[in-house]
Amino acid sequence: VTRRVCRVEDVPLGEGRAVEVDGRRIAVFQTRTGWFALDQRCPHRGGPLTDGILADGCVICPLHDRRFDLTTGRCQTDAPMRVAAYRVELHDGEVWLDSVAVADDGGARAALAA
Amino acid sequence: MISGDAANEPFYLCACRKQTREELAATIRADGLDAVSQVGELCGTGHDCGACKPALAYLVSEINGNRHREERDARFINDRVHANIQNDGTFSVVPRMYGGVTTPSELRRIADAAEKYEVPMVKITGGQRIDLLGVRREDLPAIWRDIGMPSGHAYAKAIRTVKTCVGTDFCRFGLGNSIQLGIDMERAWEGLHTPAKVKSGVSGCPRNCAEATVKDIGVVGVEGGWQVRIAGAAGATVREADILCTVETAAEALRVTTAFLQYYRENADYKERMYAFVPRIGLDVIKEIVLDEEQGAALRERLAIAKAAVTDPWLERDEPYHPNQFVELVGPPS
Repeated sequence: VTRRVCRVEDVPLGEGRAVEVDGRRIAVFQTRTGWFALDQRCPHRGGPLTDGILADGCVICPLHDRRFDLTTGRCQTDAPMRVAAYRVELHDGEVWLDSVAVADDGGARAALAA
Repeated sequence: MISGDAANEPFYLCACRKQTREELAATIRADGLDAVSQVGELCGTGHDCGACKPALAYLVSEINGNRHREERDARFINDRVHANIQNDGTFSVVPRMYGGVTTPSELRRIADAAEKYEVPMVKITGGQRIDLLGVRREDLPAIWRDIGMPSGHAYAKAIRTVKTCVGTDFCRFGLGNSIQLGIDMERAWEGLHTPAKVKSGVSGCPRNCAEATVKDIGVVGVEGGWQVRIAGAAGATVREADILCTVETAAEALRVTTAFLQYYRENADYKERMYAFVPRIGLDVIKEIVLDEEQGAALRERLAIAKAAVTDPWLERDEPYHPNQFVELVGPPS
């Protein structure tokens, strides 16, 4: 299920902003190479991932530097830790989010509402 | 470099691409680069893990005398919203109080703002400032406007506080006007970013009430002049500051400390505090350069150029770099 969550111009280039889907906060990122979405809260201490430093394929939590893969949500610096990742599509200047989380890079999926 | 020799491994600005600050600086100068993304396109810096982007942003700004193209995505969140992120995602606000001196009018505005924006905690800092803790991100522009004081840069790798003692104005022991020198130092350097934070202090006599001997830059009033010290620390590391020189006048103390500050801005690695930088370079080398009339003057000139391009970041309350600069949550168009 894809949902319209914000406009392209709402998210500054190279940064993230949070959107709310079914009462859940999701971070939407515009990197210089594409759009990505992860859960907003870092599992470590709840840091806002939207405020992190972005590279092409990852984001660094602003509180204690945990680094997450933007496609899989896997933590690259603290192994078992992970956040849900979501697919992003752009249509007519609007950002759409697939509200079913991509659970891992093997393609398994978990319902967002679950 | 001998490969595999850990002791000889240089400090990399970009660890992913094994690029040093010196190599990147040479490229930035040679190609006249003025933006982080430009360096990234040319050298790949900042593309893999991103951790070096703030270091690169400092390097680009320093080399260009603050006349670079600012790209905020290369900065920590603190430097995007000009406030220090707290553990719950709120921010702290510390207005600048030169030399730690304030007025009843400033205190009234701070008190009114703290009540109006329901600030959960108001605290006096170790650097003689007032810290408003727990401010909502969305309230930052309005609280800055209400307070009407410049940024204290308490969130940045930049010139922080110059702590002072009472000095000759009121203290019966004061040998030097420490408050005035502290204010002069803070005004001369305010707004300059640095490889790591710079905390200073000026004491009016050797009783050293401003703890100047454990500051990055410390000046102590002595009989007949001022003792200038550098590279002290009183944090995770504790280190008594080295004596750079003893001078006769406050103006001379400001001149030599300004030259040293610029030498540090140009040569230290990112996050390298002065207490690590000075022992690495060597105090004698630093004395030779900073106290040399010609080289000292050139350093002060370059600092003046960078300072001339500094603006108060809190003025972005009226001219944000993006409409959502101070917004975390966005929603679908209605």
